[in-house]
Order: sequence, then C-alpha cells, then structure tokens
Amino acid sequence: MSHSTTAPTTKAFGGGRSPFNVSYGKIMMWFFLLSDAFTFSAFLISYGTTRFFSAVWPDSNHVFSSFPFMSGGDKPLMFVSLMTFILILSSVTMVLAVHAGHCNDKQGVIKWLLWTIIGGIAFLSCQAWEWTHLNHQGAWWASFQDVHSPKDVYTHFFKPDVLAAATPEQLSQSTNNFFNFFFTITGFHGAHVTSGVIFNILILVNTVNGVYEKRGHYEMVEKVGLYWHFVDLVWVFVFTCFYLL
Amino acid sequence: MSNEAILHGAHDTHAHDDHHGHEHHEQHFFTKYVFSQDHKMIAKQFLITGIIWAIIGALMSVFFRLQLGFPDKSFPIMEKFLGEWAKGGKLDPEFYYALVTMHGTILVFFVLTAGLSGTFANLLIPLQIGARDMASPFMNMLSYWFFFVAGVIMFISLFIQTGPASGGWTTYPPLSALKEASLGSGLGMDLWLISMSLFVVSSLLGGLNYVSTILNMRTKGMTMTRMPLTIWALFFTAVLGILSFPVLFSGFVLLIFDRSFGTSFYLSEIFIGGKALPNVGGSAILYQHLFWFLGHPEVYIIMLPGMGMASEILSTNSRKPIFGYFAMIISLVGITVLAFLVWAHHMFVTGMSPFLGSIFVLLTLLIAVPSAVKVFNWLTTIWKGNLRFTPAMMFALGFVSLFISGGLTGIFLGNSALDIHLHDTYFVVAHFHIVMGVSAFFGMFAGIYHWYPKMFGRFMNKPLAYIHFFATFIGAYLIFWPMHYEGIAGMPRRYYDFSAWESFKNYGSLNAFISIVVIIVFFAQLLFVYNFFASIWKGRKMTTQNPWGSTTLEWTTPINPGHGNWEGDIPEVYRWAYDYKDDGNGNDFVPQTTPLKPGEESH
Repeated sequence: MSHSTTAPTTKAFGGGRSPFNVSYGKIMMWFFLLSDAFTFSAFLISYGTTRFFSAVWPDSNHVFSSFPFMSGGDKPLMFVSLMTFILILSSVTMVLAVHAGHCNDKQGVIKWLLWTIIGGIAFLSCQAWEWTHLNHQGAWWASFQDVHSPKDVYTHFFKPDVLAAATPEQLSQSTNNFFNFFFTITGFHGAHVTSGVIFNILILVNTVNGVYEKRGHYEMVEKVGLYWHFVDLVWVFVFTCFYLL
Repeated sequence: MSNEAILHGAHDTHAHDDHHGHEHHEQHFFTKYVFSQDHKMIAKQFLITGIIWAIIGALMSVFFRLQLGFPDKSFPIMEKFLGEWAKGGKLDPEFYYALVTMHGTILVFFVLTAGLSGTFANLLIPLQIGARDMASPFMNMLSYWFFFVAGVIMFISLFIQTGPASGGWTTYPPLSALKEASLGSGLGMDLWLISMSLFVVSSLLGGLNYVSTILNMRTKGMTMTRMPLTIWALFFTAVLGILSFPVLFSGFVLLIFDRSFGTSFYLSEIFIGGKALPNVGGSAILYQHLFWFLGHPEVYIIMLPGMGMASEILSTNSRKPIFGYFAMIISLVGITVLAFLVWAHHMFVTGMSPFLGSIFVLLTLLIAVPSAVKVFNWLTTIWKGNLRFTPAMMFALGFVSLFISGGLTGIFLGNSALDIHLHDTYFVVAHFHIVMGVSAFFGMFAGIYHWYPKMFGRFMNKPLAYIHFFATFIGAYLIFWPMHYEGIAGMPRRYYDFSAWESFKNYGSLNAFISIVVIIVFFAQLLFVYNFFASIWKGRKMTTQNPWGSTTLEWTTPINPGHGNWEGDIPEVYRWAYDYKDDGNGNDFVPQTTPLKPGEESH
C-alpha cells in the first residue's frame, strides 16, 4: 500500500473533501434513516414472529373492507389502496419539489411542497378515519383479551370458515395480538408522517421567507425529501405486512 | 459544509451583537462551560459526568458486596447512606435487587457507553482527523444534554419511595411489565424507561455526528487508511450504536404499551397475587430478542473505544509502529458485523431450538478470530519495543491482560452445552466483569492518563497513578478470579444470601475475601478521582506540545487549544499515524504532518 504525496487531494477518500460530495447533514440523514429502518424492522419482525406462532389470524380482506360514506363492507382493501396511492403521490410531488430546488425555482418549490403537505395531511386523515372505524367495531389496544367473548365479536375480522373452526382462545389471542401490533406500528408510522408534515411546513415557511434563496441552494428541501421518501417506503412494508400478507 | 464554516456559523449570531466591539470577545461563562459547542468541552462534560456516575455505581457494588460477604453482620454506615432501605444497617432484600439493577444500568450505559465513547469520540475525532470541530457542534451539545437529563431522571428514581427499577439491568418482562410485580416495577421502572429512551436519543445524536465527521471532515491527506486506530474504533462504535439502539427502542415502546395500555406483547397467562391476569398471546422471549439485539452489540460499543485507544497507546509507548494496521481494521469490521449475529447466545436456556443454538454457538466462537488477531497484534507491537511505562501504558497493558483472561472464559460460555451449567452463575459474572467491565475501564483509564495533558494542559500525578494501577489491576483479578470457581460450583448470581444454602455455605469466607478487596479497590478509585480533579489545578504543567512523542495530529495543536483547535490553517497530513522510526535527526518518530522525503516509501 503506498500513497504518493500529490494524489490524495483528488481521491474520494483522500481527505480535505467529502468522499461522496455530500454535506454532513445528508450523511447524518442517511444514517438516521438506516437507524430508523432498524426500529421499524424490529417492530415488523416482532409482528411476523407473533403471527407465525398463531394458529389463526384475522383476514385483512375482512378487517379492512369498508369505505367512508359507502354502506356495506364489501370493498376489501379499497380504502387502504387509496391511502397508499395518496402517500405515493405525495412522494412524487416531493421529487418535483426537490427538482425545483435544484433549479433554484422558488415558486416551484413552494407549489410542490404545498402539495406534499396536502398529501401528507390527506393520508393522516384517512388513517384517522380507519382507526375510528375499527374502534367502532370494538378494536383498540388490548380490546380482545376476554377469552369468553362470543364468536360474533370477531365476525368483522375473520373468514367465516376460519371463524367457525377456531377455538375462543385462538380467536381472542390472535385478534388481540393483531390489533395491538396494528395500532402500535401504524401509529408509530403515523407519528413519523406527522413529524414529516411538520418538517415540510417549517421548510415551506423558510422557502416562502426566502431563506434558501439567500443561501443559494435548497438542500434542506432535499433533506426533508429524503425523510419523506423513507416514511413512504416504510409504509410500503407496513402495508404489505398488515394488508397484503 | 467546510471546516471553517462550522466555526463561523457558530459565531455568526454573536458577530451581529458586537459588530463594532472587540475582535476577540470573551466567551460567556455559560457558553464556554455549560452550553458549550466546543467538542473538547463537551468531552470533558461527558467525562466528569461519567466519573460521578462511576462513583455512584461503584458505591452501590460496595453496599451489596457487604451484604454478600457478611450476610450475618450489620453495617450502620449503610443506614446513613440508604436510610429506610438498610434499617439497622441490614440491607433490605428488595433494595438489594434495586442496587444490582442500578449498578448494571449505570455502569453499562452511563459510564462505559456515554462516559467512555462520549468522552473520547468527542475529544479525539476532530483532533486526530484534523477538523475544527464536529460536523454539527449544536447536535453534539444536544447529545450531552439529553444524556444529562436521562441521568437526572435516573438519579431521581433512586430517591422515590418504592425505590428504583429492580428487575435486573436487562429489565425482562414480566417483572418489568407488571407494575404490581415488585416494588421497583412501579414508578421506578417508569423512570428507568423514560431515562433510557432519552439516553437512546443522546446516543443517536452523538453517533450520527461521529460518523459524518469522520467521513466528511478529515483534513487534506488524511485518507481513511492513515487514520489512527482510535478513530477507526470510534467509527465502528458509532455505527454499532446507530444500528442497535433503535431495536432496543422498539422493545421499549412495546414494553411501555404493555405497562400502561394493557397490551400483551410480552405477557401471557400470568397469575399475580393468586389472581389471573387477562393478558393472552404475548411472549416474554420476544423482549429478550429485542433487548439482546442491542445488548450484545452494546458489549462491543463498550469494548471498541478501549481497543482503539490501547492500540494507539501501546504503539506510542513502545516506540514502534502498530503491528498489522490493516489486520486491526479488518478485525474491527469483523467484530462489528459479528456483533449483530450472536445475540441469542444470551438466551441458550430460553427453550431455543438446539439447532438454532448451534448456529449461534458457531457465530459466537467466530468472534474469537478477530479478537485473537487484535491480541496478537498488540503483543507483537510491544515485542522488542522500547517500552516506556507511563501510567497510560500500564493501563493499556492491563487492558490487554484482562481482555485475554476475560475473553478465554467467553469461549466456555459461547458453547451452548456448557452454558446450560454455567448460565446465570458467578462464572458469567466473572466473565463479563473482567472482559467488558474492568477491561473497558482500563482502556478508559489509559485514555484519560494519556490525553489528560491535551484536555487540561497539565499532567496527572505519576506516583498516585501507579498506586491506582497496581491496586486496581491486582484487585480486579482478586475479585473476579475466585468467582469463576464459585460459578463452576453452581453458585447462582443475583442471590441475596448464600449462607442459607448448604451447597454454597463453604464459599462464605471466599465471599468475605472478595468483599474486602472490593472495598480496597473502591478507595483506590477515589485516589484516581482525587488525582483527576486536583491535577486540573495543581498538576505539573505541560511545557511542550508533544509530551509523549506521538505522531498524531492532536499533539500539533497549541498546549491549550481554543475552539477551532489550530491557530492558522489546519495541518495537512502526508503519512500514516504510526511512523515510529528514525527520522534522521535523532528522533524516533515522524509526525503525520511531515512530508515524505524524496524516495521515501509510505507504509
């Protein structure tokens, strides 16, 4: 291993420069997201193992089959698809905001950030509706612990044949676990979306006030963009675990 | 952001205030000593807080050792300290568990995590890579204050009526999940969880800063492979923290829900006070997995800084280049990766599938390889060196000795078959105290003695340091060596009084002996504390910039460096950190800032 004395300045890891040509703030954000990914992984793996050891499990097509303002529960996963679509759309608008930032287009950043914020709030409102709806069906943290409950309390959550075959203990345990994890994990994700919306609002205010125009670059938009995309990505996994599998 | 911008950014706000004033305005007391954003001051804050916690944690061990060594005697002095918890000088059994729990929590997290890597990552990273400060001095300050608040909450929990958390430092459910389970499971446990959550935030803020500083802010010419091994070690320590603490955090979130919102993530079919609880479907083992996914990397978070500093100190004081620089880096990588793959060896007796157990045995024993590589490299570094037995060198040598002794017993415990017998005995207590407790402390002491001049511009008293070393080194072996025998004989840990058991009665005098040594070693540490604080004002003044003849950058700064570390430009680096060789002018080292001579090959 030998280094010549003149070469290092041009090498990526030669010192005196950032090896990836990124600011320390972005490196921190990347490592933070890595860290946060481990938090969510721990949650989802805990959920997965608990489910793996359960004899029966609520069926997502039955649990999530309602749509606001429409009667009847025959629209499996329709509403959550809408929610997911909104969140992914807000990622697209975030990409456009970051792109506008690259072009130093202040009006563009304002417009697309505003849309992202609206998307985020729309997602949170949908989540609030879904939680309320489930709550009306009796679901909450620690709500199905009574093994002596009659089988009808579970009709919204199971396939009829599974419901008929399962013992009361199995139904109580699995429904209890399902909703404990569901509310904790989607709640934890919702808290991330909420903080993301707050960050976006702060950045929007700064943009409107011309802070980044003065600074000459819109890197802060990129950083909250990274966070926002991460939160969307996590939703894809949460969505897969709770709604699809 | 460039190096210069960090300082100017920090001063911008002041610049507007006294635009017409003097150029070099005095820093206010609060911004200089309390809410400081200077990495060197933050390092001292971490260190002194760590020292205070270490005294508290050690004193707790003295108290419960008094109980274990002399179960039939009473000690009125304990009542003075512990009040109701030691009525008539006899330790309350409930509080014995609280003391053991707090001793573990304080030493593992507050002293050997925050106190150790908080101190030396903050002090050494900018100084040794040639940076003005951390990437984000503000986040660095926040990191300390989150740690401080976590400490205050933990401290308050010592004084509440029901006592602090008492379910062991691992806080396994159901003892930690049910408020009625024991005295400490109530408010004490709540405060423990709040404090530890804040601690996770502090550790994350610090870790992000360390990683991005090392990656982004190295001075010109400081390639990754020219960095001192301390920096490599601190880098991987930070990575370990960033990736393992969040999993603990997830575990805590689920635990908080179990405690306060009636969920059953960790609880199932439990009777308490003769009454059945409604909780169904949970698994206490799940918590153990989440905990040990942090818990095992945590061991290396504690060990790696010591390893890095020992490498640096052994090389400097042997006047020889470190042996196997690249092997050292690769073994650090190996330890970091393996640290995440061995957590279940803490759980061999939880009813885990023997097949899964055998995989964890294999992965666990694999860690012996990088560990042994490091040990051999340290030994070959000092081999035929011009050894200078400075206090730092003594402690670095002690570190290697303890790491070998404690590491070897790890091979016993890593075998799942042997672990069935040894699990939760004093053998385990002896193993982890030697290998990650005392050994990490020796790394820390070595670092303190070595870099004390850089921190305070003065030296610590040498004779006191030697007394401290020999008392601690001999004491540590006298305390923990006999515990191996007790453990092999089956003596379980966490018991309050062994005199009640026929099988363990004959260890009574050995336990008394251990307790006496504990008291002596405790007072030897107070000697260190006295030496540390007295030397800040009275120590021998540093007269040269580079007292140890080191090659690294921190010794090119002024004796008392200001915020920004170097006056004028940051030095450029031309060679690796271990050029201990004849420089042609009668010196046995070549600083990193010396350009290569014509025809000279880099390492």
